[in-house]
Amino acid sequence: MSVVTVQLGQCGNQVGQQLLHSLLCDAQDGQRKELCTASRERFFHQDTHGELVARAVLIDMEPKVINQSISRAARSGMWRYGETSHFSQKQGSGNNWANGFCVHGPAHREVVEELVRREVERCDRLSGLLAMMSVAGGTGSGVGTYVTQCLRDVYPKSFILNHLTWPYGTGEVIVQNYNSVLTLAHLYQLSDAILVHENDTVHQICSQLLNIKHISFADVNSVIAHQLGSVLQPALTADSQGAYSRNPLGELVSALCCHPEFKLLSVSSIPQVPLASMAYSSFSWPSLLKHLRQMLISNTKMEEGIDWQVRPPAAAERSRSLTAGSFNTSLANVLILRGKDVYSAETAGFEDPALYSSWLSPQEAFSVWKSPVPFNKYEKSATLVSNSQALLRPLDSMVGGAWNMFASRAYIHQYTKFGISEEDFLDSFSSLEQVISSYKELR
Amino acid sequence: MTQSVVVQVGQCGNQVGCRFWDLALREHAHVNKKGLYDEALSSFFRNVDSSKCDGEAHFVGGRIQHLKARAVLVDMEEGVVNEILQGPLREMFDSTQLLTDVSGSGNNWAVGHMTYGSAYREQIVDKLRKAAEHCDCLQCFFLIHSMGGGTGSGLGTKVLSLLEEEFPEVCRIVTSIYPSAEDDVVTSPYNSILAMRELTEHADCVLPVENQSLVDIVKKIKHMSHSGKPGTVIRRESAIISGQGGLIGAEKPFDAMNNIVANLLLNITSSARFQGSLNMDLNEIAMNLVPFPRLHYLVPSLTPLYTLADVSVPSRRLDQMFSDAFSKEHQLIRADPKHSLYLACALMVRGNVQVSDLRRNIERLKPSLPFVSWNQEGWKTGLCSVPPVGHSHSLLALANNTCVKTTFMELRERFTKLYRKKAHLHHYLHVEGMEQSHFSEALSSLSSLIEEYQQLDATKGRLMPDAPRLRIAR
Repeated sequence: MSVVTVQLGQCGNQVGQQLLHSLLCDAQDGQRKELCTASRERFFHQDTHGELVARAVLIDMEPKVINQSISRAARSGMWRYGETSHFSQKQGSGNNWANGFCVHGPAHREVVEELVRREVERCDRLSGLLAMMSVAGGTGSGVGTYVTQCLRDVYPKSFILNHLTWPYGTGEVIVQNYNSVLTLAHLYQLSDAILVHENDTVHQICSQLLNIKHISFADVNSVIAHQLGSVLQPALTADSQGAYSRNPLGELVSALCCHPEFKLLSVSSIPQVPLASMAYSSFSWPSLLKHLRQMLISNTKMEEGIDWQVRPPAAAERSRSLTAGSFNTSLANVLILRGKDVYSAETAGFEDPALYSSWLSPQEAFSVWKSPVPFNKYEKSATLVSNSQALLRPLDSMVGGAWNMFASRAYIHQYTKFGISEEDFLDSFSSLEQVISSYKELR
Repeated sequence: MTQSVVVQVGQCGNQVGCRFWDLALREHAHVNKKGLYDEALSSFFRNVDSSKCDGEAHFVGGRIQHLKARAVLVDMEEGVVNEILQGPLREMFDSTQLLTDVSGSGNNWAVGHMTYGSAYREQIVDKLRKAAEHCDCLQCFFLIHSMGGGTGSGLGTKVLSLLEEEFPEVCRIVTSIYPSAEDDVVTSPYNSILAMRELTEHADCVLPVENQSLVDIVKKIKHMSHSGKPGTVIRRESAIISGQGGLIGAEKPFDAMNNIVANLLLNITSSARFQGSLNMDLNEIAMNLVPFPRLHYLVPSLTPLYTLADVSVPSRRLDQMFSDAFSKEHQLIRADPKHSLYLACALMVRGNVQVSDLRRNIERLKPSLPFVSWNQEGWKTGLCSVPPVGHSHSLLALANNTCVKTTFMELRERFTKLYRKKAHLHHYLHVEGMEQSHFSEALSSLSSLIEEYQQLDATKGRLMPDAPRLRIAR
């Protein structure tokens, strides 16, 4: 079953291109033909000359980035984008969500739906749609939200997973909090699951783990592509009965998003080392899993600086939120293991009921996917996709910042002139306060 | 890429505009070695095949044949426009882009706005339409004018309101030259206040420039270049006041000052014309810097003012450039932003500067700059890879800061001095369509603008508590 990727705005198009590239490179590298075939089928189709063409649609309101992504893909010699699978305009959305959502989105609705329809029809079976975008700007956020809404209308039974990149806290766009709030509130009603990467976190991984001195967006995007790739590359799941899973998005959503109020997913990956050090590093499953588990509990995204003091509360304490500050409660987790000796990896640590809220049994809350094929040159690697309180703090500060600005009505006229009213803002704020409250109460 | 149209009105507007086109050509010539009509050029110039009778513009990518400026020139006297048409820039403008008359506005806003405004309305709209039609995707109108006279001030603001009427979705960025206190036009306070109201109501963004600041900068550079100290010789064409390397040879009296304003326009449009790693589109400027519709006056400051000719002297450190941008000597209006409140600030960097340099300097400068409580992170940044001629990097800072209120208050004082005595009022009231209420309304518009800035200022330094969040009923 195939996944159609919809890349929206500058960020979506840049990350999307790197994601597809790293998935393909990894599949070609590995020795197993079965994995390679499954991966290629999932994300690419073959044209009449046998060339691999991505099952992807590129959308932006200005042409520069799309042109770059298309030529980068072509230069690789291994794959390319479809010649007519892109759409752009001349003038961007000016960092304005309302401009993207109310003006550009509707203006180009038919063209975009047509492009997606063509890709969907080319799939034998559609596993679902992956929409990639950022939340800080105008196009990715505004047009991206509108397009997600259209896709939901046109494909009501398909899985839609939105991958979002959250901006640096010290912004480069002054109104980024507004754009983020409006995007998240709307997507919550439309999307099946929202997978988030934060620029700040990824930046830290680049500087502290990968030792990169002058970090560029290309470096950041390559880490995101690696983490996302390790989730989406085919794996053996409990349901797939010995063959590579054919429904990655569906399995992800059903494993993690059992309640409509809880859709925010975060990703952690271990190990993350510079390519140069790989030859000198050796990893063991017990060590990797121990670190990953502690990363989950203490809400650290890197294997450096983990707070080993944080422990899950004992059963008796759970009703009194004593360790509310530092302990990260999960609703559900999916652990994906790839590489050597994967069947000997002991994952019982993640089935501890203390890690989870009380509604689901650990058997229901925790799933493991495995693949004996190493991913992206790491002999052993583990990725955790988590529906937990991990994103609570950044979400809260995003909403808080936006609310403070809104209290003064600063910049609101820029949105109202395109059709977003103060009521719309208030609705978005209340939806997100609801989400924050639900995650806070997760026990 | 998008296009912009420059509308220059009045003597000052046209003189500054002329310097802008000269320096723009110089800048593009510096960068465009192959003579191809590229996207960057097309944002301000049309490429015309003069052999064809209707001069259809060529598409981007072809050779440069004949560049025409995307401009409309308006003046109610012929002197300045004629001079342009006799100079080396004459080929850049054709007659459909010009609108002139003979008698001038007599330094009278009412004559410019009401009399000429209604007489030439159709023609102005027509010429603007034509300029807009030549554009594939018109993003912005740049209006250049002065506030103190009659044509630039009166007719210029009429053009502004026509732009809003006819092209409501196109951004309007206005560069306004404000008169100094010792201005030789007696009625300049009247003209300025009457024009201010129009700017507040119809412009998206205003870049106020004070003559006095320009004079000070010119003095500073001349002093520097004549000081004769070793290692202080300035590279001629790098000075922000220099027109060296442009087409027009001999330097005229106001040229030095006008070059500064021309450089301001070049820098603000650099990201729209050239590639960069973090592009800042013109519509993003208004979006990020204007939190409330009427508070759209942005204090510009430019650095560096010059580069030293002696290359063995190490060039001023990059960080120094950022510090300078926030010093009073580099501002184009005389005001004190550091002791007032920043509502938002944009940094447009040109040249070989990395994101990490930008972030580092923002972190460094933040503690000394007071920002309004709900916009503590109120920085908008842009990186353009092409530096200006003669420099390796440069910085334009646009600050939306409450310090502009002092400028406006001084202006109001000069106005009241005259208005109290009803001095010269009859010249205005004799003009058809002009009434006393225009004066009182303009005054109250300015006063309420000042009041809005005052209210924001009052929050400065006070620890504003976070607004109480919405509570979810459980």
